[in-house]
Amino acid sequence: MIYDEEFETLPREALEALQLKRLQQVVERVYHTVGFYRKAFDEAGVKPDDIQSLDDIRKLPFTNKQDLKDNYPFGLFAVPMSNVVRMHASSGTTGKATVVGYTKRDIETWSTLIARSFVAAGLTKNDIIHNAYGYGLFTGGLGAHYGAEKLGASVIPMSGGSTKRQIMILQDFGPTAICCTPSYALYLAEQGEEMGVDMKALRLRVGVLGAEPWSDRMRQEIEERLGISALDIYGLSEVMGPGVSMECSEGRNGLHVYEDHFIVEAIDPVTGEPVKNGEVGELVFTTLTKEAFPLIRYRTKDLSRLMKEACRCGRTLTRMARISGRSDDMLIIRGVNVFPSQIEGVLLGIEGLEPHYELIVDREGTLDTLEIRVEVGEHIFSDEVKELQKIERRIAKDVKDYLGVTASIKLVEPKSLKRFEGKAIRVIDKRKI
Amino acid sequence: MKVDQISVFLENKPGGLEDVTRVLAEAGINIRALSLADTSDFGILRLIVDDTDGAETALQEQGFRVGRTPVVAVEVPDRPGGFYGIMKALSKKGVNVEYTYAFVERSGENAIIIFRFDRTDEAIEALQDAGVTVLPGSKVYAL
Repeated sequence: MIYDEEFETLPREALEALQLKRLQQVVERVYHTVGFYRKAFDEAGVKPDDIQSLDDIRKLPFTNKQDLKDNYPFGLFAVPMSNVVRMHASSGTTGKATVVGYTKRDIETWSTLIARSFVAAGLTKNDIIHNAYGYGLFTGGLGAHYGAEKLGASVIPMSGGSTKRQIMILQDFGPTAICCTPSYALYLAEQGEEMGVDMKALRLRVGVLGAEPWSDRMRQEIEERLGISALDIYGLSEVMGPGVSMECSEGRNGLHVYEDHFIVEAIDPVTGEPVKNGEVGELVFTTLTKEAFPLIRYRTKDLSRLMKEACRCGRTLTRMARISGRSDDMLIIRGVNVFPSQIEGVLLGIEGLEPHYELIVDREGTLDTLEIRVEVGEHIFSDEVKELQKIERRIAKDVKDYLGVTASIKLVEPKSLKRFEGKAIRVIDKRKI
Repeated sequence: MKVDQISVFLENKPGGLEDVTRVLAEAGINIRALSLADTSDFGILRLIVDDTDGAETALQEQGFRVGRTPVVAVEVPDRPGGFYGIMKALSKKGVNVEYTYAFVERSGENAIIIFRFDRTDEAIEALQDAGVTVLPGSKVYAL
């Protein structure tokens, strides 16, 4: 099924003409409304008029996450605050988060794209959607919520946590679809089974899952244990939130990028040049219609490959393969994005701690775990157990408060962690996804 | 009247205690008393040795995290109520015991107990006022 037949099945030629027109408009607009872009374009020696074809997009400079941080909080907004109706933010310590804004029309666009995604997953207005994405600054909760309402489905605004209650509602309200991270879907299956609930007998039939990397093996397990069809949704708050691309239930092979609203490129992360057709590269997005927070050639650091071939579902939109990795060291732990440097920032914010640490990421059963190993420095060592435990609790609390992830802290002996002369490798990711 | 205690951080892993005792043995240091406090993932080994400086240097050279804490060695009469008399003298003064452990050696007819107090000086005063024998470091290291 297709929600926006007109736009989702546009002949490529018409789609690309629409993209070019919209690209020219957004480039013109940011050049005149956002100081950062004017400066960046001027430095690159490119004027809005230089964009005469879609390939000309390569003349434009990239935008990086650091640029977003440098312009914290509102420096990249392209409209006055009076036109902004919503803000979201990524996790981060103060000043390091990235903040995005939406106008009324942006929310409308976003809701439409999520409605498209739900329909691509096989949902209709007759479905009941259990939305277990977190509500709040994270884009997942409210994004999926508005999309479900846009579609006319019945939405249960569960948000994250309270797993037992979630399972009760899954039984009592009989939702037919669930939105959450893949690992949380598995966790629900596991907890439900432990509670003696026949999770396969629930009315659930579709999962719209995203916000973290997963694999076909994991999909298969989710589908078997919950008795659902599990489909992948992609997005990032900087670009919009979930609903930038979505896998269709007919093809189940790659996520259709909503190209009437975004231009996607796959580049070599080192040279910045486009990769050959069908090769893995870093995804770069340009927003075509966003008003409050337009982004030009934003480097996502997500690795994927683009598929231009037609899909059996009838959509003409380019597909991106499921994200295969990152070109930087960002970790996604239970759907929360965390950079090792952020954890280092938290550690160094605690008096007496030294920057000798190691992060062990693993998956226990179905949930990601993060262990932070910290060497016992001279200044924190004590002959009393309770003092050392106090330090451990303090670290765990600060990591939770600033970064939103739960970590277990393990103090280790001095010099027991590896020292690095060049680029430090402080992350050991044991997850087999 | 204080005694210097050495504390060593240990991860809970096989061979941890062995490493510490090997370093001390190789440095020719004799352990007079010891206690191990542990949690599920780390431990703190507390030691009274015959050569505190030597032990501290040897352990630090081998990369151990070492601390030094003043503790108090108290003679406890080896009969029912001996320990109680000491605790009574302390609680009257509102001194808290952080931890305590027993000494292997005896001092004549009496047992020796090591105490770590929250307020060491006041504790010593309270004990002496109550007629309890507090042993000086020089005597303890040489026992």
